[in-house]
Formats: sequence, C-alpha cells, structure tokens
Amino acid sequence: MTTLINAQGVSKAFGGVQALNDCSLEVEKGSITGLIGPNGSGKTTLFNVMTGYVKPDAGTVFFDGSNITNARPDAVFELGIGRTFQLTRIFSRISVLENMLVATQRDDSWLRGLTRSMSSKEEVASAMEWLDFVGISQLARLQAGALSYGQRKLLELAYVLVADPAVILLDEPAGGVNLTLINGIAEKIRTLNAAGKTFLIVEHNMEFVMSLCTSVTVMHQGTDLVTGPPDSVRANPLVLDAYLGGGDDDEPAEDVING
Amino acid sequence: MLQMKKLWRLPAIAIFAVLRLIKQNKWWLPAIAIFAVFPLIEKNPEYQTIAFYTLIFMAASTSWNMFSGYSGYVALGSGAFYGTGAYTMALASIHWHMAAGAAMFWLVPLGGLLATLIAIPIGWIALRVRRHTFVVITIAIFFVFQLFAINMSFTGGTAGLNLPFITWNNSYYDIPFYYIAFAIVLFAVVLSASVRRSRFGLQLLAIRDDEDRALGLGVKVSAVKLTGFAMSAFAIGMCGALYAMFQGQIYPQFVFDPLFDISIALMAFLGGFGTLLGPLLGALVLESMQQYLTVTYSSGSLYLILFGALFLIVILFMPQGVVVYLRDRWTKKEERERAAVIANEVAFAGDSA
Repeated sequence: MTTLINAQGVSKAFGGVQALNDCSLEVEKGSITGLIGPNGSGKTTLFNVMTGYVKPDAGTVFFDGSNITNARPDAVFELGIGRTFQLTRIFSRISVLENMLVATQRDDSWLRGLTRSMSSKEEVASAMEWLDFVGISQLARLQAGALSYGQRKLLELAYVLVADPAVILLDEPAGGVNLTLINGIAEKIRTLNAAGKTFLIVEHNMEFVMSLCTSVTVMHQGTDLVTGPPDSVRANPLVLDAYLGGGDDDEPAEDVING
Repeated sequence: MLQMKKLWRLPAIAIFAVLRLIKQNKWWLPAIAIFAVFPLIEKNPEYQTIAFYTLIFMAASTSWNMFSGYSGYVALGSGAFYGTGAYTMALASIHWHMAAGAAMFWLVPLGGLLATLIAIPIGWIALRVRRHTFVVITIAIFFVFQLFAINMSFTGGTAGLNLPFITWNNSYYDIPFYYIAFAIVLFAVVLSASVRRSRFGLQLLAIRDDEDRALGLGVKVSAVKLTGFAMSAFAIGMCGALYAMFQGQIYPQFVFDPLFDISIALMAFLGGFGTLLGPLLGALVLESMQQYLTVTYSSGSLYLILFGALFLIVILFMPQGVVVYLRDRWTKKEERERAAVIANEVAFAGDSA
C-alpha cells in the first residue's frame, strides 16, 4: 500500500486556541480512513489545512509525493483531492446541473472558459450519470436552493465525484441525515471504494465509521491520539478517556462510542 | 362602424403578440425592431436626444450587470471607466487634430480599450476584498480619478475640454449618435448573453453563490473576477467616449459623476439584478423618465422624487426586480409545482431504498 496523503507535524493556532498541535495523519491509497474525536478536537481544521483553506503554522502535507502544504484550494483540487463541507455548501441560485458543471473543468485552462460554452454533451452526460448515481438526477433542472438538506448532501457528494478526484474528504456525510439515507451514502462510498477511490471521513456516527472504515484515527485536543483498525481503536482505553475527559466535549461519551 | 371597432383591437393584438414573444424569451425581437426605427419615426430632436441618453445608460447598465450582477460584486466606481472613455475621446481628438465628423466615431472603441486597461489595476486592488468593503473601495478609487481629472493640467482642470465641433446638418445631428449608441447596446447585450452561456459566466455565478466553495472546485476565482471586471469596463468606456463626442465639451464633475455610478446600479436593481433584460428595462424606464421630466418641466431634480417613490414600490413588492418578478409570475409557478411533486417522489424513493 502506498500513502496517498501524508500530513506530518501539522500545527495551527487561531489566536489563543491551539486547534492543531503536532498532528500527523496518513491516508493509504484505496483505504477508507475514518477521523473521529470530540467536538473541537481539530478534525475540520485538519481538513482545511489539507485542502488549502487554512495555512498551517508548522508541519507539512504531501499528496502522492508532492508537497501541498501551502497550495491554494483550487490547486489542491486539481491535483486530485475533493472535499465536502460539514455545513453543506452548494451554489443555491443556479440549477442542480449547473452546480455539477462548475466542478467539471479540471483539464481546462481558465482562459478557455471565456470562449467555450458552459458545457459539452459529454460533460452533461457525465454530470447526469453522477446525479443518477446519488439518486437525484430527476432534480437536475431545479434551482439548487430548492433542495432539501439531504438532497444537498447528495449533490455536494455528486459534484465532488464528477471531477474524478483520487481522494475524497467527507466532513460529516451522515450528519443531520435520516437513517435510510445514511445507509444509502455508506453503500455509495463502498461502491466507489471498490472502484478504487480513497476516502477520508470525519464523522460522529460511530456505527457508520466502524462499519465502513479500514483504518481509524482518533484526534484529541489537536493531535492524533490513536491510529489503527476500527476494532482495536474501539477497545483502546485512551480513546475512552479522550471522549470522557475532553473538556470541550458537549456530547455524552458512551453514546458517541457505541453509536 | 364595425370595421372601426375591429381596428381598435389592433393595438391590443399587437401588445399581446409582443407579450407572447417576451414570454417565449424572444423579447429582443420586438425590442430591436422598435429601437431600430425609432429615430426615423420620431423626428423631434429633443426626443431623439432623450433616446440617445437612454441607450447610453442601457449599454452601461447592461455591461455593469455583466460583472456585478453575475458575480455579486457590486461595483460603485464604474464612473471611472465612463470618465476615462470620455477623456480618451476628448484628448485623442484634440491632440490628433481629428477632422470633425464621422471619423471621430473610430475613437469610441479606443475609449473602451483605455477604460479596460484602467480597470485592470483597479480590479487587481479592489477585488482582494469582498462585499461591503469592495463597494467602499470602488467608490474611493472612483473619487481618486475624479480628483485627478479636476487637478491635472492635461485634463484641462475644472474648465474641462472642448472637442472639435461636428458640423453635419442639424436635422441629422442625433441620428448617427443614436445608431452608434444602439450598436453599443447590442454589443453589450450580446456580450452579456454569451458570458452567461459560457463556462466563464457559470464560474461568475458560482462565485456569487459561494466563492470559497468555487475555489475548492478548481475555479480560478481571482483571474475570473478580474477578467469579468475588465470586460465590463469596455462598453462603459465606449459610452463615455460617445457621450463626450455628443456633448462637444466635457467637465470633470459630469463625466466622473458619482450619480452615474449609482444610476447604472439602481437601473439594474430595478429591472432585475443579474438578469439580461433587467438593466435594459431599468435604464429604459429610469433614464427616459429622468430626461423627459428634466426637459418638460425644466427641473433637474423633479425626477428624484419620482425615483424615490418608484424604488419604494419595487423594494416593497418586487425586491428582486421587475423582470424576476414577472418571470416568476409567468413561468416559475408551474415549474415550482412540478418541482414539489418531484421532491415528494424522491422522498418516497429514499424511504424505500
């Protein structure tokens, strides 16, 4: 197995808050890696560092051998890291299909966008295929702002997929979504993983993480606490301590661990 | 008698035909026809002048909307481009000793070009900030330009500049200007429409909705914004150049006019911010009304009262502008009902999955 994403010793402080403190994370190619930890443990900040939205104070991030530590989000995306956001972010005043088309541009220089039309037949076909994959192709002509929360999650997943990234970072894909849809999303992730896609998933739903992931990293107070297969992580006393003892934790610990 | 009664129906039939075209998104067909023949039918030079100014504002507002409306970056310093175009026309025609006449029209695109060149450094600075800060920065940069025009020697200072006098027949005076202005309107509309259909335009719309998300999907937001900003300056610069030529003399406070900045933005907001038809409609209503009131009642400020009332009505009853309001009335209603049905079906499908 080769390491696709390798973050070493990443630190980041926002004012007096040390969001990340010498945090390291490796994502193996072809894996579904889970990233868990109490609220405020730095999971999303690590996502932001890896995708170029936040510049780290220290540490390095490598993707497939190239240094992306201070790369901008568009450059990171072009290299092949796609992400979704915890609070779903879609383009609400254009149509669902147009949302998809925004992401389908990786081979173009931006200047060509001036002269070429919004989409080619192939791009529309591929966009529709991915919308069909997540199950919302019948909404393609609708203004995206009209979608429900669950549909927005699916759209966000679809427009990341349409660009065919090597790694997909999902920030709480199961958050605020009903059980049926959670199972549906898990099924999609398994299908894609079987086809060779690598996933890094931040999630609070333990059942979701433990059943899906091949490797789990637990974060606590800005650093990586434990890394290992789901079963060994679940049994690790350090993890229980982190959830029980975390002062910034606002969720009951047992519920989180047992799902 | 019966025949006469039927004749009375003709205007009604014509109006319905036009409305149907608008509903079919072919509003430009009757619009082009009406504007193309207007100065041939309406010979009164007063009204032709009103029409000329209206066209200038239709072009400027459309061009402004092509960047600000699509990207959501409300620029309130576009008067800098208008003034640059006007001074380019004035200085070039004076220094190159242009023989007064039709040849001067060739300087109109030059005014647009200079405005575009000026827009690049302005955009480079102003587009680093967003929303309210962007608005304030563009206003500030605009006033820097106005100060330059008032204080530099090559601009003639507060005395302004006199252009070579055009000596063609008075009865035809407005007509060439009218058609050049009309051509600029067509240019701005075609450009705006093709931007809306291009990948570039889609990226501008994505920036309007969520700039950081667009960046994370590989959109080169800085380059796209700057290109859009510079492109929108071109037609505005041409309007300024044509205005200078039409007036024959320019003063810094009239070509670098803060009211111009606000007017073209308000026209777009009134008609429909971010739509193709909106700024055209807004400029048509506001500018022609303003000119008409000024000419008829020789009061330069009467229109402000009416504008205030009009904006109150629009903000209260159709905050997205007239065009969006009407379009929703005509088409979106059934679409929305259909969407609700689909959404229900999806919800059921999701439950059974």
